Amino acid sequence: MGNPLDVTFAALADPTRRAILARLATGDASVTDLAQPFEMSQAAVSKHLKVLERAGLITRGRDAQRRPSRIEGRPLAAATAWLERYRTIWEDNYERLDALLEELKTPTTKQTTAKQRGHTERSHTKR
Amino acid sequence: MTNTATLQITTPSDREIAMTRVLDAPRSLVFDAWTKPELLKRWLGVRGGWTFAVCEVDLKVGGAYRFVWRGTDGNELAMGGVYREIVRPERLVNTEKFDDPWYSGEALDTMVLLEQNGKTTCTTTIRYESLEARDGVLKSGMETGVAESYDTLDDLLASIRSTA
Repeated sequence: MGNPLDVTFAALADPTRRAILARLATGDASVTDLAQPFEMSQAAVSKHLKVLERAGLITRGRDAQRRPSRIEGRPLAAATAWLERYRTIWEDNYERLDALLEELKTPTTKQTTAKQRGHTERSHTKR
Repeated sequence: MTNTATLQITTPSDREIAMTRVLDAPRSLVFDAWTKPELLKRWLGVRGGWTFAVCEVDLKVGGAYRFVWRGTDGNELAMGGVYREIVRPERLVNTEKFDDPWYSGEALDTMVLLEQNGKTTCTTTIRYESLEARDGVLKSGMETGVAESYDTLDDLLASIRSTA
């Protein structure tokens, strides 16, 4: 788990931790603030916060009593950038599939194009 | 239904990556597009000059598929696997493994097609053998993102593709 992105994704794999991050995106919060809406013990919340802190996704305040948690954007942005790229590549595939399906739904178009393609592919093979 | 074309990517468990996309066609056509070589050649991974050099599908349980993509520079990317479940037109399960493995072990791809009002929701889930293997894929995607290399970009593309 040495890679920063590995650590980020592992931390994000848990739905409760994602919910905690979503809450922190609206503002800093203490363990008590977080435990309430999630109906969890403060100890359980603290465990999740430790994982998020280790992943660099949050930092915690110095205030000994409250130690408010704050969301940190950078690791999250790196993870999001990867997902965005993955999404772009597949969206590209799916857009070609959309066009193909559109063609398959119209039988006459399908036949003509299939023939044309057949010729094209054969001529490529000969080369 | 304005967001039908939006692709959703999730990590349902620490070994999986899942993708969901709505397609404006009956699922029988979608199933064919994923399983017939003459159709696969038209859309899967064919961008930036990459084309299929080999696209073989033996669509039966225990049957193999074999895909080789070739770039304009002559580089090739090869992968294949075996079909485990075939329930046309709603479900397809197959293994996937690359000739030059860059994540450990074999992945298992499950595609589920749900049809409603002539539209098909296509969900593909890739299950890796370990958290480390999946995160290796994630890491690789990140690195190629920085490198902006089309070759590795297509490696990534093919690696994350989910059914034959």
